[in-house]
Amino acid sequence: MSIPETSQLVAGRKGARAKGWAATIARFLVVMVTTYLGLLAVTFFIGRVVPIDPVLAVLGDRAPAHVVERVREEMGLNRPLYIQFYYYLRDALTGNFGTSVLTTNPVMADIRRVFPATMELATVGTLIGSLAGIPLGVLAAVKRGSIADQIVRVVGLVGYSVPIFWLALLSLLLFYAKLQWVAFPGRIDIVYEYSFTPVTGFYLLDSAWQGQWDVFIDVFRHIILPASLLGYFSLAYISRMTRSFMLNELSQEYIVAARAKGLSETRIIWGHALRNAAVPLVTVIALSYAGLLEGSVLTETVFSWPGLGLYITNSLQNADMNAVLGGTIVIGSVFIAINILSDLLYRTLDPRTRAR
Amino acid sequence: MKMQSFGRHMRLLTTTAAMSLAIFASAPAFAVTPADTLVEGFAMDDIISMDPGEAFELSTAEMTSNTYNLLVRLDLNDTSKVVGDLADSWTVSDDGLTYTFKLKQGLKFASGNPITAEDVAFSFERAVKLDKSPAFILTQFGLSGDNVTEKAKAADENTFVFTVDKPYAPSFVLNCLTATVASVVDKKLVLEHVAAVTPSDEYKYDNDFGNGWLKTGYAGGGVFKMREWRANEVVVLERNDNYHGDKAPLARVIYRHMKESSGQRLALEAGDIDVARNLEPGDLDAVSKNADLAITAAPKGTVYYISLNQKNPNLAKPEVVEAFKYLVDYDAIGSTLIKGIGDIHQTFLPKGVLGELDENPYKFDVAKAKELLAKAGLADGFTVTMDTRNTQPVTGIAESFQQTLGQAGVKLEIIPGDGKQTLTKYRARTHDMYIGQWGQDYFDPNSNSETFTINPDNADEGKNKTLAWRNAWDVPKELSDTSKAALLEKDNAKRADMYKSLQKAVLEKGPFVIIFQQTEVAGYSAKLKGFKLGPSFDTNYVGPVSK
Repeated sequence: MSIPETSQLVAGRKGARAKGWAATIARFLVVMVTTYLGLLAVTFFIGRVVPIDPVLAVLGDRAPAHVVERVREEMGLNRPLYIQFYYYLRDALTGNFGTSVLTTNPVMADIRRVFPATMELATVGTLIGSLAGIPLGVLAAVKRGSIADQIVRVVGLVGYSVPIFWLALLSLLLFYAKLQWVAFPGRIDIVYEYSFTPVTGFYLLDSAWQGQWDVFIDVFRHIILPASLLGYFSLAYISRMTRSFMLNELSQEYIVAARAKGLSETRIIWGHALRNAAVPLVTVIALSYAGLLEGSVLTETVFSWPGLGLYITNSLQNADMNAVLGGTIVIGSVFIAINILSDLLYRTLDPRTRAR
Repeated sequence: MKMQSFGRHMRLLTTTAAMSLAIFASAPAFAVTPADTLVEGFAMDDIISMDPGEAFELSTAEMTSNTYNLLVRLDLNDTSKVVGDLADSWTVSDDGLTYTFKLKQGLKFASGNPITAEDVAFSFERAVKLDKSPAFILTQFGLSGDNVTEKAKAADENTFVFTVDKPYAPSFVLNCLTATVASVVDKKLVLEHVAAVTPSDEYKYDNDFGNGWLKTGYAGGGVFKMREWRANEVVVLERNDNYHGDKAPLARVIYRHMKESSGQRLALEAGDIDVARNLEPGDLDAVSKNADLAITAAPKGTVYYISLNQKNPNLAKPEVVEAFKYLVDYDAIGSTLIKGIGDIHQTFLPKGVLGELDENPYKFDVAKAKELLAKAGLADGFTVTMDTRNTQPVTGIAESFQQTLGQAGVKLEIIPGDGKQTLTKYRARTHDMYIGQWGQDYFDPNSNSETFTINPDNADEGKNKTLAWRNAWDVPKELSDTSKAALLEKDNAKRADMYKSLQKAVLEKGPFVIIFQQTEVAGYSAKLKGFKLGPSFDTNYVGPVSK
């Protein structure tokens, strides 16, 4: 084999890879556009056929009849549905989701305000869930059938099957009302409400960045309980999945080989088996993170957490369709983004996906 | 390498988590609200605008009345009368058409601008021209966009003249002027924030009279000024040092939106809020037993009722209407479902309003009801539906009613739905029965009298969509006439008697089974002084509260 041949081969492979990338991107774009269109259409039409008069949201239920009629005209609700959809689509494509009736702000401005709250909660929750769930899952797999395994199973089962609002109320009663370990529902104490200016909307980051450590501790005391609950909820799922992935890896031949080489058990479990189990785990964690980002409505309600879930629920109850549609699109985008991210992570963690 | 670092990272993260746990365990919460601040937990998701010319929601009424001035206010010692707020005195012309108000001296808005009759006139003008939900309270006196500047105008800096189109009972006019839509806004300040509008057929003016800005802004001169409203989160009020009356002892009032009764109770017990405003019977009971806490209650102008759509041939029979009034277990409902949050009340005027009639003639009586149903030819009963919003105490009452109707052979199907859903159906008159509440629009007997006894056009296209219309009740002419005549009766005692006769007639014949009058309750920290609930949603004053 001569040198030019090798380089040709490399170039050819590069070309194929570029083509593969282009195809991936094209496929991705098609999927994204159709997903978005579908999302917009479904939410729009559901929003319009619900047996709730949207004018009620604007006027409350005590408005006189002539005012109701006038506002219906102003909102364009007398136009045919497909024309309303056309206008909606046109506005949405230019990034204009209209104004929320409930808050009187542009929907995007509202979402920019509430989404960081949900994201911060979901991030801390997922961190807690993964940090506790993975070791527990590993433990359960390694000590399969032992008491430890059974305990992990029960803990997981409880987390997964007990309604989260009940756990939330109970933990509020215990940690807040009785023990006073954690702070009042909400994101931050009123004392700090007007002395602390958030920049990114992630209060933990903002307060640490600005060096306001008293605020940081206060924010931490607010977030820890709801985040732990969400964490517990995802822990249940993550630990179960870790266990089964680990059992699968531990029965592989390379583990036997590693043992034969005389590697320490710790190294085998944490270094080899978990390293391989981590690949599918990324998807599991990403999906559970995405689920939390949707805004865990019940947790946010119980803890008066001003996040996306609470925002959309309130908007729905008030027939504030602009806000509901805007929120749905944001959630859709987040789902798509997280899927891409976990795809990318997959590539870095699993060399095989890189080669192809 | 990578494998090792993965394990190391895991350990590092675990350590960080453990450290964080240590931080929160070592810093126990000291739940105390600041000494100069009143913190209330309040379900206030109904607020959609803070503009007094637009707002018509119950929670907003409390905010507006604490932050804006009116010409006159309800006299809390005798709610059938009014007292001056900005107005020092007023006179009514002999023909009963012209009301002349003299303002107090040296009045100032929170902004520092002087309060003049010009501001009052502007406030009326913008409310009428904007023509939002509450505007009818003013326009019912013959005001329109074309004549408002003539009919509500400043004669001089301290004199405001209001001209009405008919010689109404003065009590009616003055009561209506206590409504929040008549709040006085700071003309100079509002004019700095008007937005241009393209005039159209629906809206003839070239600007929005500051409505866009006032939705979240503030331009008043009440005992408190509004600093901020964030929907579904918080309303912050601060003391207004320019207020003309007694200044508030507290520097700040913070309303936190809290939807759940149980959450409010926990926060109240922990000391994170001073007042819990939406306690359900169970939580209320627990609060009342706590030595550090107290409860207070005040009847509000809201009645809960079941209505029978007269389009349904069975429900249209007078015997059925009467039978249903005997089929509510008033005593059981009163002693359980609405204990502490309402009182049995069967007439349409709530207690505290001029002309109230405190009579509850109906008792739970299956035998009597069966007799009436047999007379109507329905001895074997029938099936009927009721749209019911899925909140308490409405659901509980619906279930109780279902059970008691069943004893007389009537099968009730409850159709659950959320508030907006049931209301949409109700307004379209497609229900059989509906259970809901009616809060008076302003503190005058005409508000309820009109909705329960006036229905000029019973067609589906009828423009006057009163409760009588919604239930397709073709009101007997003599009732409607009495209701209209009472509006013009100058003698308060006679006027009161007319409303009493109307209530008796509706009690007897109207397709409304009125069950109870709402009592608003609040639990509060015993450390508070002067905390009270008023007789209406716009008289829950926080000005006198101190710690």
